[in-house]
Amino acid sequence: MAATTLALPPARYEYGGDEFVFVEIDQAMSLEANFKAMTITGALRERRLDGVLDICPSNASYLIRVDPERLHPAELVDQLRSLEASATELTADQVLSTRVVDVPVLYDDPWTRETLLRFRDRHQDPGATDLEYAARLNGFDGVPQLVEALSGAPYIVTMLGFVPGLPFCYQMVPRDRQIEVPKYIRPRTDTPERAFGYGGAFAVVYPVRGAGGYQLFGMAPAPVFDLSQTLPDFAESIVFPKAGDIVRYRAIDQAEFDQVRREVEAKTFRYRIREFEFRPGDFLADPDAVNNELLEVLYR
Amino acid sequence: MNGLIVHTGGLYTTVQDTGRDGYYEIGMPPSGALDQFSYRAANLLVGNPEGAAALEATYIGPELEFTDDRLVAVTGADVPVTLSGEPVKPWETIPVKAGDVLSFAMITGGARVYLAVSGGIGVPDYLGSRSTYTLTGLGGFEGRKLADGDRLPLGERPVGTAPAPGSGVSESLRPSFPEVAELRTVVGLCSYRLTDAALRSFLETTWKVTKDADRVGYRLRGGTLDFVEREQPFGAGSDPANVVDLGYPVGSIQVPGGDEPIVLLNDAVTGGGYATIGTVISADRDRIAQTKTGDQVSFVSVDIDQALAARRERRERLDRISNELKE
Repeated sequence: MAATTLALPPARYEYGGDEFVFVEIDQAMSLEANFKAMTITGALRERRLDGVLDICPSNASYLIRVDPERLHPAELVDQLRSLEASATELTADQVLSTRVVDVPVLYDDPWTRETLLRFRDRHQDPGATDLEYAARLNGFDGVPQLVEALSGAPYIVTMLGFVPGLPFCYQMVPRDRQIEVPKYIRPRTDTPERAFGYGGAFAVVYPVRGAGGYQLFGMAPAPVFDLSQTLPDFAESIVFPKAGDIVRYRAIDQAEFDQVRREVEAKTFRYRIREFEFRPGDFLADPDAVNNELLEVLYR
Repeated sequence: MNGLIVHTGGLYTTVQDTGRDGYYEIGMPPSGALDQFSYRAANLLVGNPEGAAALEATYIGPELEFTDDRLVAVTGADVPVTLSGEPVKPWETIPVKAGDVLSFAMITGGARVYLAVSGGIGVPDYLGSRSTYTLTGLGGFEGRKLADGDRLPLGERPVGTAPAPGSGVSESLRPSFPEVAELRTVVGLCSYRLTDAALRSFLETTWKVTKDADRVGYRLRGGTLDFVEREQPFGAGSDPANVVDLGYPVGSIQVPGGDEPIVLLNDAVTGGGYATIGTVISADRDRIAQTKTGDQVSFVSVDIDQALAARRERRERLDRISNELKE
């Protein structure tokens, strides 16, 4: 099969002071830009350069934290440019070994509804809920149709950040089917832990309670952050999501929500996870076919 | 167990060290002492490794009682210090014994005081560091600021020769606190979002530190900066200050709303959707850390070579202190 050329502008290299290098792949979000960021940061990780402290793929860009006493930032930029030169196309055999994860979500739940009603003065449409507003803005007949779209196709984790464990998730559908919403006019001062939010073209699960500006759509019964590391899925890390994970935010009812909560409290809950060899080139050529395969593997 | 008895915790006193590396990619900032120069100098004064855990106190220091013989040193902000009621000098090696009580008056210059104790603060290492990150409550002493009545563990006193009591850091090597703190800044990242006039104005304005100034970041006021008009790219959100969510360097500057620049510091969020317009260099995070609400700062544009030269200059000053203490 032929290689898929990533039609993207040349990357922009910027020094974030003496300790960071920021590389903007594109100003607009796209899966192509994210795949390029993942490819370059993955290759950088394999080089195991002394002095590279943190490698952070971030949606349509990436950020590297460097110890300039061990690696000159200009030398790092030279290395990154050479990696970019070899990442202008995705070859058919390029594989991202990743996980597909089922993440249950109770959409239109009582907790985020209570929260969003407290902050209507900061919202574009004080007379509607966040889901009603987003459904209208994106041309859906109503909230059920929006939830079906949110819950139907999987997402890819394109960045972790803001606070520990927060996954930025971009839905794996062509741009004309992407859901896009603005952030709140002024951020809320409160968001419940595990709220499922949406801002710009990104879905997130808030790891901890706190401020937030994303539209509130639902609540996940299972955590993405566990400082005590008592749940089995957190044995190796206090955060569950990883950049490159593929997740499905599956709509559940109150009964299943309660059941998962009981399992979380009993420390027996485990996410449904399947290993998957994801081929970005195949995906870009036929997204729906790959998505069907992903869901088939996940629920096999 | 020998340790420190916290009579009063002060306003915001936390255990910090050089910071936590390797977790930025999961969204965890490095934390660590904001003024690394003063913090490291304090450790050198008591014969500790430069990266031993120490206390960082903001505005109002703690009152601490010692339970065994130690060396201590106070650096950073200008503050009158007493040991069991007798004045002692900052930037000097001070011997203490069991029952001695160290107290701080109000600071008279700067904003943050560092206290090193020989042996270091002996809290457990968490993910490679003893620094406190209060947002999720991890590291340091129980993941939080000190409270009245806490008992802090201390590490084993270092073997080998420690600086003699009364050893000090020359005045010329200590930081000064000018009326306007100049923050050398590598302009860039998404600075293309500002108009040319706005970028000039950013560098020409003297900014005032607001009350929102802590280890997460400093919010400033003093002018308005205009963004270049554009059709927002896909996924960025509708506000002109928004970009597709990206990683924020520590020290980076963003301008939500165009009128309140925020300088992110060691406990900041690691990313988000506001355009970043430059980064304060690491050596001058020391300087902003010593400014407080109402103080003034300005930004001075430097390139990467000047940023690295400033970093070397800070390293050389620490080496000079280390050498002075060996003489």
